[in-house]
Amino acid sequence: MIGNLPYVAVVIFVGLGIYTLMFKKNLIKIAIGVVLIENGVNLFLITLGYRKGAIAPIYTYAPSGQAMVLPTPQALTLTSIVIGIATTALILSVAMMIYKHYGTLDTDEVRRLKG
Amino acid sequence: MKEMSRIVKTVTNFVYGFIIIFGFYIIAHGHLTPGGGFQGGAVVGSAFALLLISYGSLNSKKFLKKDILSLFEGFGLILFIVLGFSGLGITFFYNFLANSGGWFGNAAVIGVNPGNMNTGGVIPLMNIAVGLEVLSAFGVIVLTMASAAEFTKKKENS
Amino acid sequence: MKKIIFGIAFIIFFSFLIVSAINMRTFGEPTYSEMDDYFIENAQSETGANNVVTSVVFDYRGFDTLGEATVLFTAVVGVVALFRGVKK
Repeated sequence: MIGNLPYVAVVIFVGLGIYTLMFKKNLIKIAIGVVLIENGVNLFLITLGYRKGAIAPIYTYAPSGQAMVLPTPQALTLTSIVIGIATTALILSVAMMIYKHYGTLDTDEVRRLKG
Repeated sequence: MKEMSRIVKTVTNFVYGFIIIFGFYIIAHGHLTPGGGFQGGAVVGSAFALLLISYGSLNSKKFLKKDILSLFEGFGLILFIVLGFSGLGITFFYNFLANSGGWFGNAAVIGVNPGNMNTGGVIPLMNIAVGLEVLSAFGVIVLTMASAAEFTKKKENS
Repeated sequence: MKKIIFGIAFIIFFSFLIVSAINMRTFGEPTYSEMDDYFIENAQSETGANNVVTSVVFDYRGFDTLGEATVLFTAVVGVVALFRGVKK
């Protein structure tokens, strides 16, 4: 149980994000929920690649004779972070345009077609 | 966005250059130390955001030009694609400069070493290309959203 | 009523997640790591870079990075096109 605490942290991240997506009506809060789920997934990928007592996979001035962490999950997480930033920028831009158009950020109000 | 107080502007003037130099250091040393094109580009983009929120979106238009940034963005992406295609004699994205003795072509010492700047083949060039693209992409996003927020607020008040 | 159903569904889902997190493999011992061991052993001689993560990003999986850069470019184009009509 106590050894698997990082996985529990991932579950708490993803659970809070899904709670926000299910129960909140504000568009900015929905964007925050999406970012929370994304951070949970990134943390999950990094956690899967960890090796106990290992160092970062960089040979410059590394302490010799120690095992190294798996590099592929870190590379995929790097890709995922930048794509997450791009999608977050698009979500926030659409929220700004919705606020300019409807004058509100509440999804129930936006659902009515006001023109 | 309105400009902030004189304290914030003075601190920004001190810190701004250091943040940008640190970001370019991370980009240039991507194949030796932790970092790379994405991380360094994000650091330089955060310097742009700091400049924007301390000077306001109207004043910062004088020294942050959106057109030049979007030009750099297209240039970075095209440079990356050209570097990917130029290894096409063997495979797509082949590292044709590594261990060749030319540009960035020295062979790395196997094992723990202090690092040689002239290694890595095509990787440092790709770091520079992606770094240019990411920093100008962040700058364009931040500038566009700030000017749009300015317009929205003005319309609300009138 | 809708909120109660949503709450029950959320609690069931969340408890599934917690149970599966506790029952996962032990933290810190990857099961399959042959590919990553190959990268760690041969990245220096094949690409010449000290940083294994960078050589994975730009050399072994360069096609992935190309798609990612295209996604970032498309997002910037989307943001600029969304605010196109907003003058000043």
